[in-house]
Amino acid sequence: MFELDKLVQAIGRLIESAVTALGLGPTWVTIIQLAIATVVVVAFASLLVLFFVWWERKISARIQLRLGPMRVGWHGILQTIADAVKLLQKEDITPAAVDRGVYFWAPIVVFVAALAVYVTVPFGRGLIVSDLNIGVLYILAITTFTVIGLLMAGWSSNNKYSLLGGFRSAAQVVSYEVPMALAVLGVVMFAQSLSTVTIVAHQEKFYQWYVWRQPIGFLIFFVAATAECNRTPFDLPEADSEIVAGYSTEYSGMKFAMFFLAEFLSMFGASSVATILFFGGWHGPFLPSWIWFLIKTLVGVFILMWLRWTYPRLRVDQLMGFAWKFLLPLGFLNLIVTGFILLLVK
Amino acid sequence: MDTISLAFFAIAFLIIVSSLMVVSSKNIFHSAVFLILALFGVAGIFVLLEAPLLAAAQVLIYVGAISILLIFAVMLTARIADGTVRHTNEQVPTGLVISLGLLAVMLYSIWETPFAINGAPVADGSGKKLGELFLTQFALPFEIVSVLLLAALIAALVIAKKDGPIRGRNPVGSSEEPRLKKSETITR
Amino acid sequence: MVSQFAAVAIFLVIGVGFVLFTFLLSKLIRPSAPNPVKLSTYECGESPVGSGWIQFNVRFYIFCLIFVIFDVEVVFLFPWAMVFQSLGMFAFVEMLVFIAILMFGLFYAWRKGLLRWY
Repeated sequence: MFELDKLVQAIGRLIESAVTALGLGPTWVTIIQLAIATVVVVAFASLLVLFFVWWERKISARIQLRLGPMRVGWHGILQTIADAVKLLQKEDITPAAVDRGVYFWAPIVVFVAALAVYVTVPFGRGLIVSDLNIGVLYILAITTFTVIGLLMAGWSSNNKYSLLGGFRSAAQVVSYEVPMALAVLGVVMFAQSLSTVTIVAHQEKFYQWYVWRQPIGFLIFFVAATAECNRTPFDLPEADSEIVAGYSTEYSGMKFAMFFLAEFLSMFGASSVATILFFGGWHGPFLPSWIWFLIKTLVGVFILMWLRWTYPRLRVDQLMGFAWKFLLPLGFLNLIVTGFILLLVK
Repeated sequence: MDTISLAFFAIAFLIIVSSLMVVSSKNIFHSAVFLILALFGVAGIFVLLEAPLLAAAQVLIYVGAISILLIFAVMLTARIADGTVRHTNEQVPTGLVISLGLLAVMLYSIWETPFAINGAPVADGSGKKLGELFLTQFALPFEIVSVLLLAALIAALVIAKKDGPIRGRNPVGSSEEPRLKKSETITR
Repeated sequence: MVSQFAAVAIFLVIGVGFVLFTFLLSKLIRPSAPNPVKLSTYECGESPVGSGWIQFNVRFYIFCLIFVIFDVEVVFLFPWAMVFQSLGMFAFVEMLVFIAILMFGLFYAWRKGLLRWY
């Protein structure tokens, strides 16, 4: 009941008939279908991010024994919209010393790289923009793209804090890429496929979830994803008390908002990927598939936010040492043990 | 013109323009950014050739690792990263002649080569066939690749360590900023 | 298969378009009153000291270097992960050798103190 896939297919056919009625060929049909799917996903992601901003403020408030936003709407739920409107009409102070071209494009690169993960995320049964046959590898590749944006922001700002923040962020994201890829590899070894839809399809029942078969893989993935999103305890590049705002020090107005939104987008993206890989994606009894997917992903995001207000920040040398001296060997060990066991079982 | 050709020309245009900007930009960082764009375009070409695994590898390795390495290398040369590199190029005519000559030779060889156009689609592109080949037919080259990577790693680390201050110079928590002379401070 | 990736291209284009649209919206609404203090580089309220570019430590470069090598290794691991179940022990041992050789490289870096941040 309330499954959206039939609706989506019906809309697809509607678009097809409308476009062919206009006299355009099948390629145009595909393009327009994809464009509309993209717009829907982007809109959905944006709304979700607005929700997350409010949610983070509420969670952080409650953990700190205070109330958080309470005035704008019921329990402050419209606060983010008020903030968005405020940011829209803030003056965009572009310091004189910045490199304009790179400065302008840096937030766009970071935002689009965070957004591009959602092309191959199955939001429910049959609800995916495009089931790429290299699904998870594509996701890993696109997340490396954000580093370029961070470096661009840090460099173009012509500010020591930005530069240092950009470098540290790049070094951190880069260090946690390989452990994350190794954790994903563990799942791929079971599913024998890179496609997200196939991986989800293999996890139909509760006991078939990959988190039971790859517990260490899941932990590695979760820790690495937290570091990739620059969330505490790995948020040194944005640590307010250390280097002001890191790479986004010189940004104001909507450009700053884009960095901010990109962080929440990547949090949701990381949680979605964890759900797909380890928690059975959209499978679940009674409720529609997309609701299950949302529930599982929101739990992941909640845990990410919870971690932020619970743990202190890691020092940069602890951060790097942890990635290269612990997570990486552990990832390889996980891979080897998994391979060994899989071969013995056969 | 069908969509694939259209896409190909669009991506090719992107690559060519980016590559030209790489060599003609006055600012090294701009060159690096345009290089990244060009490499991304190459990944697009791989997709058009039905090799998505290679496209992902291209983005993952070239854009995600080597470009960052390049940018860090640019940053290391702090005096040069002062924004602009003085491009005094007195040899433009010679350079032009040589590059055009090279272009002519390459175009000629491409034109004359009888490329076998095989209409059958290759595998599924996601790497299964590649994996099988790696582990059966091409097992030895596969292992040699790992030795090559090891050699590259150790060589690069030896060179980097020789130049850089790793041990003993900077105690924990020291700032990365250089000591400034009084004359270098800017008053506004 | 290529049509799958058309979605990626469209996604990127629409994503960029979305951001540019919000920038445009903001540009129409916001005020613009630049003055020299606002336009100066931020350094916690002080006048900036020294040029905006610093000489940073080579350890950033070294970590990135090690990352490049392991990145290439991971790319090789993906095709293996997909087919190794059907190819038996030989493929597994092959990959073990591959990983072992590169772990030796990591071990070398570790012992030489190159994985230390300070």
